[in-house]
Amino acid sequence: MSAFLKLLFRNRLAAIGAVVLGLILALVLVAPLLPLPDPDATATSERFARPFSEGHILGTDHLGRDLAARLVHGTRVSLAIGLFAALAAAVLGSAIGIAAGYFGGRTDNVIMRAIDMLMAFPYILLALAIVAALGPGLRNALIAVAAVNIPFFARNIRGITVGLAGREFVDAARLAGMGHTRIILSEILPNVLPVIVIGISTTVGWMILETAGLSFLGLGSQPPQADLGSMLGEARAALITAPHTSVVPGLMIFLIVMSINLLGDGVRDALDPRLKSGALARPRATTRVDRRGPVPEEPAKGLLDLQRLETQFHVGKRVYKAVNDVSLHVKPGECLGLIGESGSGKSVTALSVMGLVASPPGAITGGAVRHDGEDLLSLPYDALRRRRGEKVAYIFQDPLATLHPLYRIGEQMAEAIRVHHRISDREARARALELLRAVRIPNPESRLGNYPHEMSGGMRQRIGIAMALANDPEVLIADEPTTALDVTVQAQILALLDELRRERGLAILFITHDFGVVAQLCDRVAVMYAGRIVEQGPTEEILARPAHPYTARLIACVPELGEGKRELAAIPGLPPVVDSLPPGCAFAPRCDKAQEDCRKGAIDLAGTGTHDVRCLHPEVTP
Amino acid sequence: MAGYILKRLLSAIPVMLGITVIVFLIMAMIPGDPATAILGSYATPENVEKLNRDLGLDKPLVQRYFIWLGNMLTGDFGRSFSLNRPVLDEIAERFSATLILAGTAFVLCSILGILAGAISAARQYSLADKAITFVVLIGISVPSFFLGMMMILLFAVNLRWLPVSGMYAIYGGGDLPDLIAHLAMPALALAAVATGVIARLSRSAMLEVLRQDYIRTARAKGVPERRVVYGHALRAAMVSVIPVLGIQAGFVLSGAVYIEMVFQWPGVGRMLVDAILKRDILLVQGGVVFVSACYVLFNIAVDVAQSLLDPRIRT
Ligand code: SF4
Repeated sequence: MSAFLKLLFRNRLAAIGAVVLGLILALVLVAPLLPLPDPDATATSERFARPFSEGHILGTDHLGRDLAARLVHGTRVSLAIGLFAALAAAVLGSAIGIAAGYFGGRTDNVIMRAIDMLMAFPYILLALAIVAALGPGLRNALIAVAAVNIPFFARNIRGITVGLAGREFVDAARLAGMGHTRIILSEILPNVLPVIVIGISTTVGWMILETAGLSFLGLGSQPPQADLGSMLGEARAALITAPHTSVVPGLMIFLIVMSINLLGDGVRDALDPRLKSGALARPRATTRVDRRGPVPEEPAKGLLDLQRLETQFHVGKRVYKAVNDVSLHVKPGECLGLIGESGSGKSVTALSVMGLVASPPGAITGGAVRHDGEDLLSLPYDALRRRRGEKVAYIFQDPLATLHPLYRIGEQMAEAIRVHHRISDREARARALELLRAVRIPNPESRLGNYPHEMSGGMRQRIGIAMALANDPEVLIADEPTTALDVTVQAQILALLDELRRERGLAILFITHDFGVVAQLCDRVAVMYAGRIVEQGPTEEILARPAHPYTARLIACVPELGEGKRELAAIPGLPPVVDSLPPGCAFAPRCDKAQEDCRKGAIDLAGTGTHDVRCLHPEVTP
Repeated sequence: MAGYILKRLLSAIPVMLGITVIVFLIMAMIPGDPATAILGSYATPENVEKLNRDLGLDKPLVQRYFIWLGNMLTGDFGRSFSLNRPVLDEIAERFSATLILAGTAFVLCSILGILAGAISAARQYSLADKAITFVVLIGISVPSFFLGMMMILLFAVNLRWLPVSGMYAIYGGGDLPDLIAHLAMPALALAAVATGVIARLSRSAMLEVLRQDYIRTARAKGVPERRVVYGHALRAAMVSVIPVLGIQAGFVLSGAVYIEMVFQWPGVGRMLVDAILKRDILLVQGGVVFVSACYVLFNIAVDVAQSLLDPRIRT
């Protein structure tokens, strides 16, 4: 609770709201003690006195009544009525919602149908109908406003109750022979209460506004009784000659509603955990590059060359070192496999290449990414953008999420080409067809008009590949492109990629968690663990003689190459969270061969240069 | 597509019936003898009895409902006693004025709200974002009727740019520029709150969408950032914004009642308030049913728009 309050008050706007609302409430509460004249005492000789005039700090209205006194009085009425309406709506609405959610079935159905009907009205018409039937008056306006808001509570609370009604503790209570009323009061109500309270806090401002509105129309409080709305309504006739009589009550309504809104927003933000992690910040067009050290100036070894890359996530005070001193390179026509469990940093490595790591919270904090010798991390946005898709293209996992759901396949493919080349519609279409044929999609003409959700997973993955190939890129980065697919489709796609790199001389960086896939496609492989490369070398050599205990275990997990579903869960233990890496070898807690020295200091990647390993007691010496 | 529209139209029938039932039941709550309540306590017994018969109040509730419903279906909404003309004629005339006002406000709040929200999200934490957030906060907190009054003071009284109230100038008006001049303030005042709500929602929808994988794909393809934000992201964000436009249309329609009072706009809202104060129940009943039915139809149009945008829900 205190953490919640702290969070709430760190939000400056919410604090302002709380202070303003507190002042208004205090004013209203001490009103009887203030030396204010009688709010209903008329004095026709003093009509429309200006503010700050003798004896009337806010002036007087059309009957010569003291505005300050009426304001305090009216505020009190408006606040009370709004609050009462909110409570009434909350109690009735929640009762209905709980009943519907708890009993379910027919009861639920009938109630929710009725609620839907009520929600089909523009709300004020319903309120007007109720006032029309009951007659104008403050009490009836209150009833109307409360009634109109019942559906809101009923709906929300029902939703939560439905979830609760199926839970074990409710079943247990039922089995224990508790009656419905007791279950609802002791098991359901405590759980929905916070939601009801939040509901009240978000609607009370609204209800104050609405009752004021009805009074403004002359349908709420009747003279001489006054709330803020009727004060404003009465003042309207003299708007031009005595504007202060309108401004005073109007500003008060505004202040009340705004402070409640500010406070309500603050409460919601404080309760929304996503906001705390900063996850709702807008990701920038490219990953932030904030290198702490000098840019490595080693000569590039391949077409794509990652040099001592470091990528981190900064969430609050925690720093996740997702990619830590990673160096990789791929030559034209070559396929490098990057393998590791989820969370090992392999995808972040891949996304770092073209600055696609979401930022915030991600940032590249060191190293270089060279394409053709040029450091991509130093490029200005537009130069980097022009290389995206044109020189270095990506294929992502799960194409249902990675293809735009609202654009046709044809549009998405044409766009991939047209952001880099000026070509006509017809040429773009022809090129898209050609690409679809290249990835062996049957009936490509009809596919162009499809939306992603209308295709199978395998087809979508092919679309993803075709789109990556749209501009004949030099480098292809494939992030688990076959994970979601069944084995046959997977084999087809791997064969396709293999063919493409042989035919087009593509350099492929292939991210996977599956050694079976690596064996089929990759010339070389790099194994990643907890953000670091722990072993790298030619695929055949590593498969035959893995040096790192982790690699050995990964390979042991593959039942038979090219068959069956492979899981890495077979390795006991979990990869470490990369914000609190142990000193020394990160794999030590899971390693059978771990010894004292493994946990001491940093371990270097060592070996022949073609086959390297980061281990003090390797299975074999490369 | 035609099938989808037909399906939605058919599904509106029970909703419309529900609306008539609810309105009927509310009116049945009128305490005491309705005819006396309507005509006032000085009415002659003959008048009361005649009204009772006219309203069919001497029959049982269920039968009364069906008679009323049947009459409405044949276009007979009854006769307004305070205006002494058929309810439907009056509504038709007034509703067109409301439609002009609320329609303009709705277009305004949709365009301004979505634009403001998108810019705000695209430049999160920038000066523009903060300014928009601030204006939005004020927009959603200020009562529309108060805003309208303040606009009159500023633009009509002090600056003399726009006419104070009404729909057309009494002398020499009646053309489109005249209408626009009269429409500007009420439409803006009416749009303010909804603009704020839509802007807020658009902003958060955009921020949500900008984190999606397909946005990363667009970036990976080399799509320029402007197009990523105002093309890919905005389009996807609209999926969650459009349903809210439907809800906000209801609020705009509701707010029109206040604005019509402030600006003396000859719309259906002012008609309803007058009718309530004069206890012209048939006029209230007819007005509420008619406008609500139009709102239901409008929401179907919103659903259709949504299905045009989002192929996943076309069935
Ligand atoms: S360094 Fe030690 S703990 Fe780490 S993998 Fe090698 S043997 Fe195991």
